[in-house]
Amino acid sequence: MNPDDKLSDSEIRRRQHSRATAMALVLGALVILFFAISIVKMS
Amino acid sequence: MNETMASKAYLPAGTITAEWRDFLALTKPRVMTLVVFTGLCGLLAAPQSIHPVLGFTTVLCIALGAGAAGALNQWYEADIDAVMRRTAGRPLPAGRMDRQSALHFGVGLGAFSVILLGLAVNLLSAAILAASILFYVLIYTVWLKRRTPQNIVIGGAAGAFPPLIGWAAATGRIEVLPVLLFALVFLWTPPHFWSLSLFVRSDYAAAGVPMMSVVAGPKATRTQVFLYTLPMVAVAMAPWALGLTGAIYGVSALGLNAIFLLFAAQVAVSREIDPAAMKVERRLFAYSILYLFALFGVLVADRMIG
Repeated sequence: MNPDDKLSDSEIRRRQHSRATAMALVLGALVILFFAISIVKMS
Repeated sequence: MNETMASKAYLPAGTITAEWRDFLALTKPRVMTLVVFTGLCGLLAAPQSIHPVLGFTTVLCIALGAGAAGALNQWYEADIDAVMRRTAGRPLPAGRMDRQSALHFGVGLGAFSVILLGLAVNLLSAAILAASILFYVLIYTVWLKRRTPQNIVIGGAAGAFPPLIGWAAATGRIEVLPVLLFALVFLWTPPHFWSLSLFVRSDYAAAGVPMMSVVAGPKATRTQVFLYTLPMVAVAMAPWALGLTGAIYGVSALGLNAIFLLFAAQVAVSREIDPAAMKVERRLFAYSILYLFALFGVLVADRMIG
């Protein structure tokens, strides 16, 4: 049986929230990286 | 109807329930460490410097590419991982993640890493990165691993690409030294993995993976470990012999290789059959990791100081 079958709705929402937070941090870091790459390429 | 069933009823089909940590685990972070390190060393050992931002981007892309390959490997091998103690706790066999999420994550990460490297750095390094991901997934994971005891010999090439990628990112071309570094990691892989396979042999046998220790037996594997160590040592000394590095690398490589040879010889003559008592095999496996880190570290130090 899949362990996720036992997950409560609140636990699933908590995991979604933590994934969304992690994704936001990754996207923020990528924005900074792309900006830095653009500056280097233009200089 | 219990609470769990009631609460699951209104979740959309295909809802991803994995933790972000499970996606991280999918990338095999510990394996990634060595790949990133050798890639960084290839970058730093190159004769031309690269802007720190582009250097960081290169290393990031190597890490993401390795992570993508690891994720796709786990997507394909979930059935094997489930029957091996060492891998049963991974997100897919443990049931913490669905296979489709792993596939999408792996493909997306791999494509992103190659495109970013190509746009930000150069096409040669991106092409090698793409080749390394495809080699690991298609040649090693899908084709060789379940079919031949030579799986990790040929598959080892996938892990040998990062120094080439780092060098190509800095210079835009391939030269003798990065090819030697590729050959070094390629020849290092059999003694490294086969020493491991000696003391986790029952795991591989249970999973039906035709590792050398399962198919040919421990004695032949011990011999192969030693035989592959010989060309590895020769390739490790080649940069010094060809005048591509200085005395710092030469003397250090001599010492590191002498110890590797000694440990490999001890594995070759050992007749231990109890995995729990295989001390020399565990020692060679642990030392092989230290060896690669140290050799690449010394190479960079030599190229930067010398």
